[in-house]
Amino acid sequence: MRVTFPHMGNLHISLKAMFHYLGVEVVLPPPSSKRTLTIGVKYGPEFACMPLKLNLGNFIEACEMGADTIVMAGGCGPCRFGYYAQIEHAILKGLGYDMQLIVLEPPERHISELLVKIRRITGNRSWWRVIQAIRFGFQKARAVDEIEMAAFKIRPRELRAGSADEAYNRALELIDRASSMDELLANRKKAMEIMNGVAVDQNRRVLRVGIIGEIYTLLEPFANHALERQLGRLGAEVDRSIYLSEWVNDHLFLGLVKGLRSRKAACGAAFPYLRHFVGGHGQETVGSAVNYARAGYDGLVQVFPFTCMPEIVAESILPGVSGDFNIPVLTLIMDEHTGEAGLVTRLEAFVDLLERKKEFKEAFVQ
Amino acid sequence: MKGYLGLDVGSVTTKIVFMDEGGIIREAIYMRTQGRPIATVQKGLKELCSRLPAGVKVKGVGTTGSGRYLAGVIVGADTVKNEITAHAVASSLLVPGVQTILEIGGQDSKIIILRNGVVSDFAMNTVCAAGTGSFLDQQAARLNIPVEKFGEIALQSTSPVRIAGRCAVFAESDMIHKQQMGCSLPDILAGLCEALVRNYLSNVGKGKEILPPVVFQGGVAANLGMVRAFEKELGVPVQVPPYFDVMGAVGAALLAREAVARKGISRFKGFGLADLEFKTRSFECSGCTNQCEVVEIDENGAIIARWGDRCGRWSSAGREAKIS
Ligand code: SF4
Repeated sequence: MRVTFPHMGNLHISLKAMFHYLGVEVVLPPPSSKRTLTIGVKYGPEFACMPLKLNLGNFIEACEMGADTIVMAGGCGPCRFGYYAQIEHAILKGLGYDMQLIVLEPPERHISELLVKIRRITGNRSWWRVIQAIRFGFQKARAVDEIEMAAFKIRPRELRAGSADEAYNRALELIDRASSMDELLANRKKAMEIMNGVAVDQNRRVLRVGIIGEIYTLLEPFANHALERQLGRLGAEVDRSIYLSEWVNDHLFLGLVKGLRSRKAACGAAFPYLRHFVGGHGQETVGSAVNYARAGYDGLVQVFPFTCMPEIVAESILPGVSGDFNIPVLTLIMDEHTGEAGLVTRLEAFVDLLERKKEFKEAFVQ
Repeated sequence: MKGYLGLDVGSVTTKIVFMDEGGIIREAIYMRTQGRPIATVQKGLKELCSRLPAGVKVKGVGTTGSGRYLAGVIVGADTVKNEITAHAVASSLLVPGVQTILEIGGQDSKIIILRNGVVSDFAMNTVCAAGTGSFLDQQAARLNIPVEKFGEIALQSTSPVRIAGRCAVFAESDMIHKQQMGCSLPDILAGLCEALVRNYLSNVGKGKEILPPVVFQGGVAANLGMVRAFEKELGVPVQVPPYFDVMGAVGAALLAREAVARKGISRFKGFGLADLEFKTRSFECSGCTNQCEVVEIDENGAIIARWGDRCGRWSSAGREAKIS
């Protein structure tokens, strides 16, 4: 069995670690690129959203490299994502790629449902080994998230342009390379040393911007035109409403790991504005907006793929949050277009707006 | 005379203004970019130089528009700003107290909301309402009327017909249908203006609180039919400032004045740059899977800037080269 899975930000680091720990062969698709998108657009249904097209492109590129089994997350509720795995599987079949499909859906009652699925991949390896593998993968996700958070802080403050990203890539590489729990522990320390070693200007005034929205476009830099990096370059420290480890903990572990930010808190904060599940992460988007506003952030950027229904619901509610808390919100909708100029213009203008607003407020207080 | 230069280099048009120290616009040039921004900027500066009195001193220069980085390195800009900020700054100067700016150009439409003189919200067209200006040009050409006459004719209408405005394709076929039914040209043109205004307000202005004073700018503001349609739909007077079609450049000049006041000196290369030789080249970087299209600019044999990379590997190298 040669397993593959779609890209979503740094997800591959953690999944690859888990499979390797179990001795399962992995075919990692090349990182999402223009080619991936071109393939996905060609074979995907036109009205599907961009994540489907990129997933499909990832799978086809992995097939070309000899993968025979797809592992993918599923979903439920009004968001179309729930049936993407099946559609993608059918399209691949139509194209003549005979792939086995394993969908990891959020367990409805008990984590054992998930374990059964994992069993299909792992064969007769002991449960103990399987659980160790999941733990290992999860620890990698935590390490990766920690590095990302450090990068968010450093980017707007770096003294030499590009040094934060160089450190970030080197640090991720270290995490990726660790092949045992001990090695991971040691490399995680080294990685953080690399991040902390970047020369920064501690006194620089930076803006704080929260990024909210649909998970795939939030996590995948190819899909969001490296939004976080662009904001960092413009002098904004960002925080993202969902990190990989939080998502895994919420959706696959049913919140088993304590001490992580959870979707429950976000959904709770959405309360006066949106009281029920609207599919995808619509409710979390609204709730995270409220939480960021309360935490004193200067602005919010919402990002989602064109036609994403749960986020359209959230988009229509956000002006209320924005007005009540006096926090500007910029909505960016991603699709196949590769033109970055318009996006950069909007981000620059938004950062200008936040800066002038902050100056004005500070002048007023004095 | 001393003053500031502002350049707005867009994909379709390029505008250059010279503003004196008192904030008065002395010269404004409006030209087609025709896909050759560098040559256009050089030609525009030459023309401007010939119009200005001898001995004029440029104290600072600013650029804006989609070609702002390119224009910025060519002229040695003191400030390079996005067009939303530039438009807001310009409107605040020419129409003090402005609270809403409606802007429709050839390709882009935007709305800017100001409160207490500060931008508090903005939006740009996403998918629809793009190319409103081009669409008006096209329809004028199809009906065989000069686009400058478009607004005048629309104003003669007594009962505009309703045109489907959601999408240019529907709008055009609806117009043809109404023509065949025998509706008058003024009524159809006025109807089209109303449809475009509805489309703009529901796509770009959606959810924004439009308070007076309202300013309408950008190339399409020349169309009186559009001005009338906005007033009818919004129920408030809509002002079209002088220099409505070069507001981005005015804003860039104002921002240059601010920037130079802060740092003291200007990096302007002088009008002689019109005779320098600039070349651009692009290549696809193979450093990673992003395969960025990197553009580099060569001035008389030396590379003065690079951009287009996502990682900073090329653009920051360019930056270092420039400092040293
Ligand atoms: S410029 Fe940087 S991000 Fe772009 S392809 Fe080259 S190495 Fe990759």
